[in-house]
Formats: sequence, structure tokens, C-alpha cells
Amino acid sequence: MAQTQTEPGMHTVAVTVNGTRYSREVEPRQLLVYFIREQLGLTGTHVGCDTSQCGACTILMNGVAVKSCTILAVQADGADIKTIEGYAEPGGKLHPIQQAFWEEHGLQCGFCTPGMVVTIDQLLRDNPNPSEAEVRRGLDGNLCRCTGYQNIVRSALSAGRKLRGEEPFEKPDTAMSEAAPATAGAH
Amino acid sequence: MFPAKFAYAAPSSLEEAVGLLDTEDSKILAGGHSLLPLMKLRLAQPRLLVDIGRIPGLSYTRRENGVLAIGAMTTYRDIGLSAEAASAAPVLVDAVQEVGDPQVRAKGTLAGALAHADPAGDLPAVALALGGSIRAVGSGGERDLDLDSFFVDMLTTALGEKEIIREVRLNAQPAGSGAAYQKFDQPASHYALTGVCAVVSVQNGAISSARIGVTGVGPKAYRPTAVEQALAGKRVEEEAVKAAVQTVADGIDVQGDIHASPDYRAHLARVLTRRAVLEAAGRAGKS
Repeated sequence: MAQTQTEPGMHTVAVTVNGTRYSREVEPRQLLVYFIREQLGLTGTHVGCDTSQCGACTILMNGVAVKSCTILAVQADGADIKTIEGYAEPGGKLHPIQQAFWEEHGLQCGFCTPGMVVTIDQLLRDNPNPSEAEVRRGLDGNLCRCTGYQNIVRSALSAGRKLRGEEPFEKPDTAMSEAAPATAGAH
Repeated sequence: MFPAKFAYAAPSSLEEAVGLLDTEDSKILAGGHSLLPLMKLRLAQPRLLVDIGRIPGLSYTRRENGVLAIGAMTTYRDIGLSAEAASAAPVLVDAVQEVGDPQVRAKGTLAGALAHADPAGDLPAVALALGGSIRAVGSGGERDLDLDSFFVDMLTTALGEKEIIREVRLNAQPAGSGAAYQKFDQPASHYALTGVCAVVSVQNGAISSARIGVTGVGPKAYRPTAVEQALAGKRVEEEAVKAAVQTVADGIDVQGDIHASPDYRAHLARVLTRRAVLEAAGRAGKS
């Protein structure tokens, strides 16, 4: 909707987030990430640096991964948004990317994880079978201050295999499983 | 961090947007990935933001004879996915992958980057090396500004205060030429400490013509025309090219900051110009 006010004032922003319609009044200077966190109450999207460096605020806006700290809420009026809360199924079953993070220990403190998952979603849709180097380059805009990059990259590669059907959704964990008598007594 | 208060307008045509620029201290918002960070730091405090992102028909790449026409709202990501851009100017497609990171490239626009004229931006160097023009719309209608005289000073272009870029018109790489962009970046920001784009034509093992754009070195991107002339007729050999590019930073007000001294930037300019010219020459005649 075209809005041509030239005096400061409130604007109505209507968005669809994870399939739910929301409409809120905002100041023009309200950033999209604070709109999502504070006005919609969806706090899975994080604010790490607030300067478009760290990627913790990454969301999908009209299907493309963007940094919501560097977008005004008014710019998102009418947009279809997906945040980390939109990834797992309503019953709690994880998205394959989340499952891969779980299995590969892709998170330590977990602060960067929402942005990592959304960015990897974009990466794997653009390039379903990336090399390790392509994954690292694709995560250029996401920082992990625990420096847990090795396992994040492993998670992304595992997620790719799951989404391509080359690895089951739940990876058989022979080392830890109680139901793995074949390995019992190996030590 | 929040920007200072401002009013927001989302016009539905560029002509309407131009009319809104009459307001004192107004700024144009396209992708916002240069402007919003400046506004958060309060280095820019416009009273009115004119968002051209809701104007239909401004996101496209089109090939028109020898020109690649790119709409004002076309993002780096759009360019990276564009078959027209890949065929007309593959060096542009290579260079946009060097900007920021994937999320930044999904919002940032080529036209916005050129209008912003950051002295360390990648795309001004590529635009100068390809050559072409900027089609701008103002209250008096449209005009085309030559890219060669578009960058005026740090963060300053030949655009009028009440003019908006409608389209960036880059020359397609000449048939048989090769092109390359070489960059040494600041590793955290990925801005260019120095970046050099070269478009080179080769005949019988010698350079017949070269166009070069340099960014990150001076207060604005520039073409080292003396180097372009010195390269003409030189054999495509490392020593010959190295000798011809030595003056690339001569006469330039080379910038220094905590990341790189002026001497180091001038050194990078010589090294990267040699590499870009040799890489471009190696690609010439192969398409």
C-alpha cells in the first residue's frame, strides 16, 4: 500500500509471519527485528550486533534470507515472513536442518543458531549439494562467538544430505545407542 | 540502535518520488544496506525517507544491444542469478559475489551502491571498467550521466539533489575481451582495501585495449587512464604488464586508515592491477 505521509507519524504494518497474519502500528524508525521480537513477541530471532555483521537476526522475507536489523518494519508491510519459530512442525518434530544441528552438535550457546538455520535453508535451496567450501562461503554473514564453526558446517552438510534423501531424518547413532549390542564389549 | 526520527513516504512512481525530494533533508531508500547503518550511527539524520522499493517495475536486468540495463531496485542477488548479466558482463556477476555476504546481497542494490559512492565499494570499480551511463529522473525529466564523470568525490556523485537513478546502463564486455575483478578486502566488513577491475582485449598476444576501474585507494573510484594507455600494445607477459601498471596510484590522494596506510594501498593497487590485467587477458578470446 502506497503511503505518502511526509510528517513523522505512525504507520500500519501488516505482515504474515509463519502463516499468521499480524497488523501493528509502528514508527517509521522501528527496525523489523524489534517489530518481530517486541511487537509480535516472536523472540527466536536474535539481535547480536545490530550492525548487519553477525546474522543472528536473519529471517526469510518473501522467501529470501535477509538481516532484519537492517530493514525497517515499514519496508516489510505486506511481506510474507518466516522466522525460526516457523521451522519445526506444530507437533514439535524438528526441521531437517534443526535435526542436523541436534545430531552434529551444531550449537553451543545457541545464540547464533536461529540465523544459522535460516541462512542454511537459503543456502541449500540455492545450492542443494554444496561443497564444504561453498557452505563456509554461504555462512560468510553469520558469526558464532562460541567459534563452533566446524560443527555448524558439518550440520549444514548433514542437513543437505537429509534434504536430498541421502541420509535418514534421524541418523542412526551406533556409538551412543543402548540398542547396539554389536558394539558392546568392543573396548 | 535506532535511527533518529524521520517521516516515511512510499510513493508509487519515480516521478512522485522526485516530487517528495523537495522536502528538506530527504533521502532515497532503496535496499537500505548503506543508508540504514549510517542512520543508526546518526551519521545521517534525514527528516524524510522516500522508499522507492514499492514502485513497480524497477527490478530487472535487460540486454539492449551492447548495453546491460539494470533497474534501480535490482539487488546484487538478482544480478548474480541473471542470465542476461552472465552473458553481457560476467565480470559483474563475479564481482557482486564479493559484496558483503549473502543476506546483504539479497537487499543491497547496484544503483544504490553507485549513488552512495562509498570509496571502498566494489561496484564503482566494475562500473568504471565496463563503462556506460546512469539514467536519472529529476523534475525536468530524464537524463543520462556518463559513468566516467559520475563519481565526483567521497560519497559524492554527479546526481542532482533531486534526482533518482532509474537505471544503470553498463556496456557489455566487448566481443572477445576478457575481464576480471581482483580485490583485497577488509576481512570483517568485506569492503575493498583495494579493488581493481580490468576489461582487456588481446590481439596476436598483445593487449589492444584495456579499461580499468580502481576502488578503495582514493576518495572515489577512478580510471587510471595513463595505465590504460601504457598497456596498449604490451605483450601479455608478467614483466611487461607489471611495468605498465606502476603509475596506477600516481596523482591520487591515496587514503590511509587503521586498516592500511597510503603506501600499502598504493602497493596493493599496483599488485592487483597487474593481477587483474593478466587474469582478464588470459580470459580474452575464450568466449
